Amino acid sequence: MRATVLVRPKQGILDPQGEAIEGSLRKLGFDVRQVRVGRVIDLELEAEGPNHARMQVERMCSELLANPLIESVQIRLDGDAA
Amino acid sequence: MTERPVVAVVVFPGSNDDRDAAWALGAVGADPVLVWHDSPELPDATGAVVLPGGFSYGDYLRCGAMASVTPAMDAVRRFAARGGPVLGICNGFQILCETKLLPGVLRPNRQLEFVCRDVGVRVESTNSLLLGRCEVGQELVIPVKHGEGAWYADEGQFMQFVARGQIALRYTEDVNGSLGGVAGVTNEAGNVLGLMPHPEHAVDPLLGSADGGLLLAALVDAATRHAFATA
Repeated sequence: MRATVLVRPKQGILDPQGEAIEGSLRKLGFDVRQVRVGRVIDLELEAEGPNHARMQVERMCSELLANPLIESVQIRLDGDAA
Repeated sequence: MTERPVVAVVVFPGSNDDRDAAWALGAVGADPVLVWHDSPELPDATGAVVLPGGFSYGDYLRCGAMASVTPAMDAVRRFAARGGPVLGICNGFQILCETKLLPGVLRPNRQLEFVCRDVGVRVESTNSLLLGRCEVGQELVIPVKHGEGAWYADEGQFMQFVARGQIALRYTEDVNGSLGGVAGVTNEAGNVLGLMPHPEHAVDPLLGSADGGLLLAALVDAATRHAFATA
């Protein structure tokens, strides 16, 4: 089973990297209002069906992949509508 | 029991202040022992633990995140739960936050620049064992060197941390955009302290300041008591 985890800085959390990128895009002439930088984690795992896969990936997120204080996560399993 | 308490310095791949920490601990009366990150146990006579600065696991994922799930950190968790004194310096502070032994998290510096210089920090609370040689209001000069040192916590919880004396140290100037200018935080029990400044780089007046020695000496005091109480 394949899964993708999207990790984003939560709303209201300062993202200096996003701000720097926004500044550079403006210098290139783009009318950008906001840039936020997160992380994409693609993984392959053994699972007995999508529910089991989702449960495992949720645990991975809470134990290591994201820090809930500052980050939100979105999990997509292979086969989910994009 | 030896006269010098054993202080375990945990070494992760990418730690780079482990030897400086060991040297400085030796200078203030400890018997420092380097402990590799995959050790499931700390040395028997361990009286205190130091998590040194550096870039454990290349700062992959989030600073300190990978180190927080190592066997050595499981041992440090058990040690801290028994009241053992634990000091996390810089990357060690980040690891303690990721391990949830300390509240909050360290974020990239507001100015997106690595900051490397002496800074002033004020002692806000002496609830921590490791500030036992300091007084509230005392100002110390200790160097920082970090790119991700902006401590952040939920603003509502922040007031509770202040009320409980968990905000241990604040910068006397804005160094990195840290919430409330926080430079160091302790747990509720006071046996775990994390800070971004490097006390191990400030133990000799010849190098600018010996104020870091106050923290390390208090760690040695606490290590001696802990080793005695658990012997």
